[in-house]
Amino acid sequence: MEIILIFVSAIFVNNVVLSQFLGVCPFLGVSKKVGTAMGMTAAVTFVIAIATLVTYLLQKFVLVPFNLEFLQTVSFILVIASLVQMVEIIIKKISPSLYQALGIFLPLITTNCVVLGVAIQVVSNEYDFGFADGARMLGLGESLLFAIATAIGYGLALILFAGIREQLELSNVPKAFKGVPIALLTAGIMALAFMGFSGMV
Amino acid sequence: MSKNSKLQLIVDGIVKNNPTFVLVLGMCPTLGTTTSAINGLGMGLATMIVLILSNITISAISKIIPDKVRIPCYIVVIASFVTIVQLLLQAYVPVLYDSLGIFLPLIVVNCVILGRAEAFANKNTVGDSALDGIGIGLGFTIALTCVGLVREILGSGSAFGWKFIAGDGMLAFVLAPGAFIVLAYLMVIFRKVTKQA
Repeated sequence: MEIILIFVSAIFVNNVVLSQFLGVCPFLGVSKKVGTAMGMTAAVTFVIAIATLVTYLLQKFVLVPFNLEFLQTVSFILVIASLVQMVEIIIKKISPSLYQALGIFLPLITTNCVVLGVAIQVVSNEYDFGFADGARMLGLGESLLFAIATAIGYGLALILFAGIREQLELSNVPKAFKGVPIALLTAGIMALAFMGFSGMV
Repeated sequence: MSKNSKLQLIVDGIVKNNPTFVLVLGMCPTLGTTTSAINGLGMGLATMIVLILSNITISAISKIIPDKVRIPCYIVVIASFVTIVQLLLQAYVPVLYDSLGIFLPLIVVNCVILGRAEAFANKNTVGDSALDGIGIGLGFTIALTCVGLVREILGSGSAFGWKFIAGDGMLAFVLAPGAFIVLAYLMVIFRKVTKQA
């Protein structure tokens, strides 16, 4: 039951872009075409899952036992930056076609705040996932699940938004609204729609 | 550089290169922390402090850093300053620390800071980089305070915590949709006023 709760809550209720405002920059930047939105989603899902796994273990077995929690921000971002670099090298070697498809999105993920955001959320005791026993730290399996569900929620928002923006390109928008403002308005209306899910959990 | 162009650096950061309304960088904290004017102001100031310090440090050490690993180096410098600001806020302004929440450590990945390090600080002198940090930081702070103020007025009928409407405002403006919509209209107004559209 809790597994379903994590999934539904991360994808719809607390959608990472539309209700928590993480990863808005790439959300506005790469969502002009459905194809690129899908590539970005794949890359983010991949990195989020590995980064969460590594940072979770780092927090549990290095930072907490040695009382180094204040180094959390520095060490997590270093882990993420080097992971992204490593993933890039590995994909380039194993699957050049996937590497081609992901292209520029891979290196950009370091500065995507979804990755660092999720890594910090799963190790904090304060984040409320809506469990019956209140806020608590997640287990490793639950953390991974939460990370993947968040990435799916991110992909959902990104791909839906890209679909709308493809149509928007063809419509007649007032000059001052062209580009980012109209995209923000669209996102606002989407966020209103996603607010409807808030009764689910 | 003459005195006039030093001042120009700061003014540019607020108007011509405004990080929120013109460069469209750092959208996540702009949307996520501006539920009230005070929160927007706090987030803006925290980011500004990190930005000025990291700009100064990066311009000072940019000649030593090898070109290939410069981005990770910048990130480490920024992350250290973010940790310092985080610990200071936790100790002296715990209310703000709690309300900014996860967006405080996320200043590390705020593209405004990394963007200025890459676009300005690593090619300019320490003094100019500090001024650029002040200008861009002020631009960011003003933008966040404006978004926060409008959302607070519409959403809870108060300004900087001073309540002038009895009862609740339009709740949607404090929640997620209001952030997107308010920012969109402020951006349009900014474009009209500065004649960039």
